[in-house]
Amino acid sequence: MTSLGGAFFAVIQRDLSIAMRHRGDLLNPLFFFLIVVTLVPLGISPEPTRLAAMAPGMIWISALLATLLALDNLFQADFADGSLVQLMLSPEPLWLLVLAKIIAHWLVTGLPVVLFSPLLGMILSLPGAGFLPLLLGLALGTAVFSLLGAVGAALTVALHKGSVLLSLLVMPLYVPVLIFGTSAVQRAVDGMNYGGVMAILAAVAAFSLLLAPFAAAGALKVGING
Amino acid sequence: MSSQPLLEFRALTFERDDWPLFSDLCGALKAGEILQITGANGCGKTTLLHILATIQAPTAGSLHWQGRDISRCRQEYLTAMAFVGHQSGLKLSLTPRENLHWLSQLQPLSRVSSGAALARIGLAGFEDVPCYTLSAGQLRRAALAILCMSEAKLWLLDEPLTALDVEGIADLEALLLGHVAEGGGVVLSSHQPLAIPALRTLALDAMTEVAY
Repeated sequence: MTSLGGAFFAVIQRDLSIAMRHRGDLLNPLFFFLIVVTLVPLGISPEPTRLAAMAPGMIWISALLATLLALDNLFQADFADGSLVQLMLSPEPLWLLVLAKIIAHWLVTGLPVVLFSPLLGMILSLPGAGFLPLLLGLALGTAVFSLLGAVGAALTVALHKGSVLLSLLVMPLYVPVLIFGTSAVQRAVDGMNYGGVMAILAAVAAFSLLLAPFAAAGALKVGING
Repeated sequence: MSSQPLLEFRALTFERDDWPLFSDLCGALKAGEILQITGANGCGKTTLLHILATIQAPTAGSLHWQGRDISRCRQEYLTAMAFVGHQSGLKLSLTPRENLHWLSQLQPLSRVSSGAALARIGLAGFEDVPCYTLSAGQLRRAALAILCMSEAKLWLLDEPLTALDVEGIADLEALLLGHVAEGGGVVLSSHQPLAIPALRTLALDAMTEVAY
């Protein structure tokens, strides 16, 4: 009998090494994120005051879309080659293995977006006070995107061309995160206290971390059966 | 002990879109037995194996593991069962060794090392090449290498002979016979006849013909 942690870390390690061997898939969301934001000054206006006004929303929206782009692949590839079935037939608790997959997914899609966001803040002339709440907010927000997105990805796993449905399913759940995330940055830029808004984001992240792995595990069972 | 079947299924019915695929299917597998499920394409062999592996739920009927309802002892059942599906469960970008390592962390597989398992199934020298460079038959062998490592009592194999060459089929037959000699049980689906004495068969299309 293998240890509980063994399976958990084996899933993370496997998903990370698969991601490293498909670098194109790995870089796709990040490139999307970078390209959208760098096109804004070219397409709208290079004027710093106008860019600064748009910066929080623009960065958050492209971060949201970038993670949505990669969400489809969370369970789909494993379902197609039969390894998802092996995952579900493991005697280990399924929610733990699902959580491992979500963490690996966040490490390859969410984390690069967070790390590159200061650079994009500079491109969009974001005032200095906005950088810390942008980083913090995106770290929490992308984690929520991966966690809640996993529930949608699990529900639509057995559907062919389920990605449209997936976007429709998870978008309403993403909207509150987007609103609180942008408002935290905006408040910091306006010189106001953003602690309350960040606390709400943290609460949403904690709530998602607590419930999403169970919901996604349940959704996988339903998704496979249907 | 010997009279108690390993796996028993009672009155299994499965309906897809209100159309019965099979109904009132009963059967039992004792330790040391190999049960081959035969039947035409689309008659429900894979579905039956998925139901036996608890991947899908039957519309009606029940499964019993060593006399107990599986819904009561699913955890124990999963540790005692190995399933190799029609899809290999292997990641093409990983090597056979990496794939087996991952699977061995999920399942209680530890009897032999992944290298020894791959050598036994005829993949020596291919342990560390990416799976996408392997042929269909070699991939099938890599998927079946899990069985060499498995400590599971019950093997559920969906079309294990697909793409295997004559030698591969002989290797698999030897593997199956070794497993049942140690008191294990095997349920497999296949169209091809197997050179295994005392093989029991369950013809699925005959069952449906009887039903209508």
